Amino acid sequence: MDLYAEEILDHYKHPRHFGHLADPTLTYHDTNPFCGDEINLELKIEDDHVVDVAFTGQGCAISRAAASMMSEEIIGMSLDQLREWDKQNILDLLGIEVGPVRIKCALLPLKALKAAVWGLGEDDTVTG
Amino acid sequence: MTTATLPRFTVAQSTTLDVAAIRADFPILNRHIHDKPLVYLDSAASSQKPQAVLDAMERYYESTHANVHRGVHTLSEEATAQYEAARARVADFIGACCPKEVIWTRNATEAINLVAFSWGRANLRRGDRVLLTEMEHHANLVPWQILAAQTGVDLDFVPIADDGTLILDDLGRLLTPRTRLFAFTAASNVLGTINPVKELTTAAHRAGALVLVDGAQSVPHMPVDVQDLDIDFLAFSGHKMLGPTGIGALWGRRELLNAMPPFMGGGDMIREVHLRESKWNELPWKFEAGTPAIAEAVGFGAAVDYLNTIGMDAIRQHEQEITAYAMHRLSEVEGLKILGPDAGQRGGLVSFVQGDVHPHDIAGVLDSLGIAIRAGHHCAQPLHERYGIPASARASFYIYTTEAEIDLLVAGLHKVVEFFSL
Repeated sequence: MDLYAEEILDHYKHPRHFGHLADPTLTYHDTNPFCGDEINLELKIEDDHVVDVAFTGQGCAISRAAASMMSEEIIGMSLDQLREWDKQNILDLLGIEVGPVRIKCALLPLKALKAAVWGLGEDDTVTG
Repeated sequence: MTTATLPRFTVAQSTTLDVAAIRADFPILNRHIHDKPLVYLDSAASSQKPQAVLDAMERYYESTHANVHRGVHTLSEEATAQYEAARARVADFIGACCPKEVIWTRNATEAINLVAFSWGRANLRRGDRVLLTEMEHHANLVPWQILAAQTGVDLDFVPIADDGTLILDDLGRLLTPRTRLFAFTAASNVLGTINPVKELTTAAHRAGALVLVDGAQSVPHMPVDVQDLDIDFLAFSGHKMLGPTGIGALWGRRELLNAMPPFMGGGDMIREVHLRESKWNELPWKFEAGTPAIAEAVGFGAAVDYLNTIGMDAIRQHEQEITAYAMHRLSEVEGLKILGPDAGQRGGLVSFVQGDVHPHDIAGVLDSLGIAIRAGHHCAQPLHERYGIPASARASFYIYTTEAEIDLLVAGLHKVVEFFSL
């Protein structure tokens, strides 16, 4: 039951940065149509650095824990640093083996983050 | 890892089937998953295969394979004979008048697409209507959406009640004078609901509409007789009824199929080909362009033989018993809510949600215990939207499912409660 390590369950049950920002600079909404997972990611950017982050949505323990852990990690980071992020950053945060099926759950928050910082999906993205 | 040892749990007595003997025919049921005996509760997605089906396909490739309908040599003749004999057995299995009413397709999805593309484009005009239901699998929604976008046909939907049954009060109004087809599932792949096919068909015919039945979840599990049901088209898949993947069938009334243009063009579906025009082959080959799935058809034939040996009435009876037992045991689990009607009105599957736990997490915990269930929206997203849930977990049963396996499922779901502190 490695998938449900203590730390992951803790982030799932008590997600950090869950909610909304008063004045987000970037927001991005994404879904995983395979399982119905959904994330709405909000970032507050000052001087090209993340100063605050919040997320809402529904998802399994893996996707929610990944969003929670990622949110804690990225505060203080520059947009250029985040553009360098890849799936290994998320897997390192989770610290578990994620199989080919659940990898989509684990990477949904990253997908939203990358789209937000690269300014993709103009319909969904508000650039302030 | 595959091991030769039998599952550790004992097989409970079914009153109708010798489940222990049946299980011995399925090599995969000896597998262990994460060092636990496999408990396979995902047959509604795809069933496992008995040795007889695996042997039939291997035998075909080892001794008979050649292309069908082409060669004059012995192998081609034998391959053609086996391929067509399988069609005859499948036709007989669903009560078709004759083998030529059975068109091989890849699966039920392709069968429905065939009707939408061929019959739909030839017969439907802007302003015509196709009636569907809110409980359809994407396979019986999306082909009609594509047709609607291209032809201006309008789609209507029979709504579903909270208990998972169709609301038929307004059926007379929904079957408008412009409704040309009523396409519905015989049994829901999420709710388990078995729909009153005859009643719906009578109403449709009275309104002048044809009937297409999605039989993907009914043909494998209960007796289905197309003539008794008086329907016009039936779609079903081999892999959900002990057969291989890559083979399914469309059954249609001869006169309808004869009047329909081909679905795909190519070899085998033609009688004469000239540079600028061709003449179509007769039924069923008119709809079977290119080299077909020959070994898969042979395997499908063997699957139907296996089901006939057990008997579809006995299979239905066994699934009703297992489903009633499962619903009774699942109701003990804290926070668990079952979707759909009571056991008497459903096929062999139970979908559920468990508190706020995401179905993927339920399936993840169960997988670690060797138990395979489906989690997600089961290709029926509108249905989940109807009930205001993003996804559900589904346990589905077949001829090899035992009460002992249901007990293991329930024990696993208690673990889910423990893990996620429901």
